[in-house]
Amino acid sequence: MITAVRPDRRGRSGAGGGAPAAPGGAPGPGGRRRRTLDRLRRGGLPYLFLLPALVMELLVHIVPMLVGIAMSFKELTRFFISDWSGAPWAGLDNYRFVVDVNRPVGAALLQSFGITCAFTVLAVGLCWLLGAAAAILMQDPFRGRGGLRALFLTPYALPVYASVIIWAFMFQHDNGLVNHVLHDQLGLTDQPSFWLIGDNSFAALVIVSVWRTWPFAFLILMAGLQTIPRELYEASAIDGAGVWRQIRHITMPSLLPVNQVLVLVLFLWTFNDFNVPYVLFGRSAPSAGDLISVHIYQASFVTWNFGTGSAMSVLLLAFLLVVTGLYLPLTSRTRRRRGHDARVS
Amino acid sequence: MRESHRRAQPHRRAQARARVRARVRAGRRSGRSPTAPPRSFVWTRRVVLSLLAVFAAVPVYAMLTSSLKPLEDVTGQFRWWPSELTIRPYIDIWHTVPLARYFLNSIIVAGAATGLSVAIAIVSAYAVSRYRFRGRRLFTVTVLSTQMFPGILFLLPLFLIYVNIGNATGIALYGSRGGLILTYLTFSLPFSIWMLVGYFDSIPRGLDEAARVDGCGPIGALLRVIVPAATPGIVAVAIYAFMTAWSEVLFASVMTNDTTRTLAVGLRGYATQNDVYWNQVMAASLVVSVPVVAGFLLLQRYLVAGLTAGAVK
Repeated sequence: MITAVRPDRRGRSGAGGGAPAAPGGAPGPGGRRRRTLDRLRRGGLPYLFLLPALVMELLVHIVPMLVGIAMSFKELTRFFISDWSGAPWAGLDNYRFVVDVNRPVGAALLQSFGITCAFTVLAVGLCWLLGAAAAILMQDPFRGRGGLRALFLTPYALPVYASVIIWAFMFQHDNGLVNHVLHDQLGLTDQPSFWLIGDNSFAALVIVSVWRTWPFAFLILMAGLQTIPRELYEASAIDGAGVWRQIRHITMPSLLPVNQVLVLVLFLWTFNDFNVPYVLFGRSAPSAGDLISVHIYQASFVTWNFGTGSAMSVLLLAFLLVVTGLYLPLTSRTRRRRGHDARVS
Repeated sequence: MRESHRRAQPHRRAQARARVRARVRAGRRSGRSPTAPPRSFVWTRRVVLSLLAVFAAVPVYAMLTSSLKPLEDVTGQFRWWPSELTIRPYIDIWHTVPLARYFLNSIIVAGAATGLSVAIAIVSAYAVSRYRFRGRRLFTVTVLSTQMFPGILFLLPLFLIYVNIGNATGIALYGSRGGLILTYLTFSLPFSIWMLVGYFDSIPRGLDEAARVDGCGPIGALLRVIVPAATPGIVAVAIYAFMTAWSEVLFASVMTNDTTRTLAVGLRGYATQNDVYWNQVMAASLVVSVPVVAGFLLLQRYLVAGLTAGAVK
């Protein structure tokens, strides 16, 4: 560490060595002023590097989000859409309106929220399970591993709309592949089922979502497996541990930190997912497959009441924040404890 | 003194590269014990992987074969194999909808968004990884938490902001490719920065400090040392950014007009009120998927290496 040898007053700006200093910049005559300038320049440098990212995030994420929150407190009906800042303030009326479960809007929102929760738990669980199974079973080389890996990753690489369109094609009632196999060829159902309307639409949604997302879990877990030192397996093999024991006592505990982030990311993506339901069902989602993002989209654009639509989005964001806020400390604690146990045993 | 440093530099760089390569190789070598696994494990592996292979392959197979079917085959009962193989759908797709224009729009939008996003992510990750400054943690936390925002929350505000910017300055963001590029580049930015910070952290600081000793400025050290050493991570981030921009539907459907429409929205054109030309839909899906799937599969090695060194640590 070259920087460590410069005990200057910049120490208060944070831990670590500060900016990598350019040695040879010893203070010459009139060095004091130059050093101040230098320090300013160097102190500002990281901010300069971050500037483009900051500007973009402000423009596309932060400011629109704040505007969205502001909109949720306004009575933003179709009469004010051309001049939204002129819309009257509504206080908490929008929120009261959308959480009132005795009225149709609130009841529909609650139902959609419940469906989304069930959908997310199922889809994330299945994605993780399939991804983990494939990654662990493919940890050792065997013939055809490379080809199989490419095949497994293909659904993830396909653009979302293309994969959803393929599934919509296969889920057709009269001419679809799924009914052809289940009804015509295997005879499992008395009648060809409807997949894109009615109760089955929930299952269709889960299947499509899992099909295109599980390879992501597979990819991340595959990368996670590569960081486990080989010596751990060799040592345990010498101690007589078989493959299954190794998976339970070495592989799974080592994957805990990866799992923590992976499950959170999968949860957020699945919960917010708009593309899959929107392309699968079009503008009118059946009530069994009415996921929250499409629900909010429809609630805003069908009634042209963007105030209540924004209120719903803000509630959704608040829910995600709370879940993430609870999830991270909770899993970190378990992880630390489990990690400790693994090391002791 | 300086001379000797300069002469030593290529050597040191080669050493550094060798070190990075050795680490990547070491990563690839890890795995379970070299002894043959027991039968129960081999059979579980066969069964589970076969089932997964069928699950993954059937839709791809359906797309491929249906894209080679004549229209009668896809308007009647499903057939596993075309009654006659035809490449007709691949010719028709270009006339039914202006697919070439959508294609061009998608390439411009996704390409520009990827280039800008990667460049911005590199300098941001460099700052976060190599400097200690006030607000560093705030920056990373804020950027990452934007991943949580439901797209639906800022769709309409963003739309209004773009319209207002257009009215105030005359820069057309709404309905233009530029607006879509700006939007998409920020979508991939949080993940890209996060992953590259992890990757840059895994590159020994001694490397860029040595470059600084040799008289490189901060930018020089970034471009000559960090970027070459982090190529797998950067490629991985670029793949991710391109795929994100190539597949986005929600913003594309609101923010584009007839001339700037991208593939994500344009593919809907094959469904008319009465008919869906499913064979053409499948052919078009295949054509728009080939660039991303091929790129992804060719470069997935980098993605795994990049994730291994960066994100999953």
